[in-house]
Amino acid sequence: MTTPVTHPFLQVEDLARIYPSPTGGDAVAVFDHVNFRIHKGEFICVTGHSGCGKSTILNILAGLDTASAGNVFMDGREVSGPSLDRGVIFQSHALMPWLSVLENVAFAVKSRWPSWSKQKIRDHAMRYIELVGLKGAEHKKPSQLSGGMKQRVGIARAFSIEPKMLLMDEPFGALDALTRGVIQDELLKICAETQQTVFMITHDVDEAILLSDKIMLMSNGPHARIAEIVNNTLPRPRERSAIHKQPHYYPIRNHLVDFLVSRSKQFGALRDAPDAPSSPTVFDPSDLVESEPAVAPVPPVGKPHIHLVNA
Amino acid sequence: MKMKLSLSQKAGLLSLGLFAVILLVWQLATLPEARVVAADVDPEYAALMGGGAASSASSFPTPAAMAQTLWDKLSDPFYDNGPNDKGIGIQLAYSLARVLGGFFLAAVVAIPLGFAIGNSRVFYQAINPYVQLLKPISPLAWMPLALYTIKDASASAIFVIFICSLWPMLINTAHGVANVRRDWLDVSRTLEVNPLRKAFRVILPAAAPTILTGMRISMGIAWLVIVAAEMLVGGTGIGYFVWNEWNNLSLTNVLFAILMIGVVGMALDSVFGLLGKRVAYQE
Ligand SMILES: Nc1ncnc2c1ncn2[C@@H]1O[C@H](COP(=O)(O)OP(=O)(O)OP(=O)(O)O)[C@@H](O)[C@H]1O
Ligand SMILES: [Mg+2]
Repeated sequence: MTTPVTHPFLQVEDLARIYPSPTGGDAVAVFDHVNFRIHKGEFICVTGHSGCGKSTILNILAGLDTASAGNVFMDGREVSGPSLDRGVIFQSHALMPWLSVLENVAFAVKSRWPSWSKQKIRDHAMRYIELVGLKGAEHKKPSQLSGGMKQRVGIARAFSIEPKMLLMDEPFGALDALTRGVIQDELLKICAETQQTVFMITHDVDEAILLSDKIMLMSNGPHARIAEIVNNTLPRPRERSAIHKQPHYYPIRNHLVDFLVSRSKQFGALRDAPDAPSSPTVFDPSDLVESEPAVAPVPPVGKPHIHLVNA
Repeated sequence: MKMKLSLSQKAGLLSLGLFAVILLVWQLATLPEARVVAADVDPEYAALMGGGAASSASSFPTPAAMAQTLWDKLSDPFYDNGPNDKGIGIQLAYSLARVLGGFFLAAVVAIPLGFAIGNSRVFYQAINPYVQLLKPISPLAWMPLALYTIKDASASAIFVIFICSLWPMLINTAHGVANVRRDWLDVSRTLEVNPLRKAFRVILPAAAPTILTGMRISMGIAWLVIVAAEMLVGGTGIGYFVWNEWNNLSLTNVLFAILMIGVVGMALDSVFGLLGKRVAYQE
């Protein structure tokens, strides 16, 4: 798998989000100087402690929220509002309870292709309902479905509009481990088939390792940053049951856990330095030596420099 | 042996029992001996009533007399013998027509306006003072103004119904629209749904249960108000009928009308109950 060095599919430059202080004091930047790029077909997972601003970043990427500073470019064009190019899978599934499964998906399909005939919309919607294994349940209302089934409808709905990019905010957070495993496997399969570009927030380290090509680690807020980017070099296709036998599995996992436990806090000391890194350091387990958390010497403001090395 | 009864069977039995008790008390209270006591009325009151209070013509009907009246009136509800003698069906139809007319007009105004208010903070804050000021006014207080400007009794009654139906529908629609789950709005934003489609396919179904509750409340109030309004404007309608029968000192007919008002009100309410069930959704 090689990544083209030409302009990336999604480019985030110096993004910041400032909320006015509730006590009337100085406004606080939840995060600032957030820079990263996503290439076509990449599966990116983001993790970090609660409140560091992951959902806010995702909502900005979706166009549902606006940044206080910085820019987001997708396919060379600036993101200024929600778009059918970016499908969102909401944590709360956000299905419309008065519509059946089929109608929920068809609503999205009709929004994407308003001129399609009823039959064509239906067939298209059914394809994606089948893809997530919900054939036979298409006439049920969301209230008649289990949590996992609802989340799958959300996935079908987001995939059905064939977006250029998929944004997911802890999509499986509310599910039990078993259901979560089943849906993760499904997602893995669908993404392999469709070469979908994905940006996904998760608190689950194992989920990130199973699904992602890269894992972005956010430091704690306020003034949170993307502190590190971990290249997930585990070969695909991945099997949940065999993945821990891969030589890179434990180095990656230990690195992630270590970050969440200790380094996410230490990063705070670094950020106040005048030459604080605005681009994250890159960890690549195929080096099998941790790259020192030194300042990346290359560009002063901007883009993390990432090499994907085949394991 | 113990009999197992379902909840609704128990309730049904209790209802029947209660009905029997009411009939019994009613029967006892209207026994001929009781009338003697009733005849022993305050002389001042008797004078006021022109002696009618003591005469048996206006006395409270017995259950049997009431049943007879019910049977007679309901077996021919649509006769029309001039302005003061119309069948109960015709009177109710007049009242219903006014209520539905006023209610429909109110819905046409309140639902779009409520949509606008619910969608926009600016609009909400601009309209809210008027709503707060106008809402507590008894609809009947508008009657003189309506009679003066519209110069038509029946249309004035419709206007009064319009005014009293307006507020619950307006407030509930605005509330329902303002409280549509953010998630659903976000979904329609990410799907780039156009405003009209969003209004009809997302906001309307999401707010429909709240809107229907408002309509149900409005209809309840409208049915309460129409009786009073028709007592004022006269001519036709169930309210006029009640007043007319009181002037005829026919308590039997008054009682019969009261019963009919209750039955129709209950029917109207259950229609909206059913509609409400149809648009309800379970999250
Ligand atoms: N409307 C608001 N006003 C002020 N502060 C806000 C507002 N919305 C969010 N925040 C702050 O922004 C920060 C980031 O919120 P966000 O929801 O993005 O966190 P998160 O990383 O997604 O957390 P979690 O993992 O718990 O979902 C939080 O610290 C929160 O306090
Ligand atoms: Mg979040």
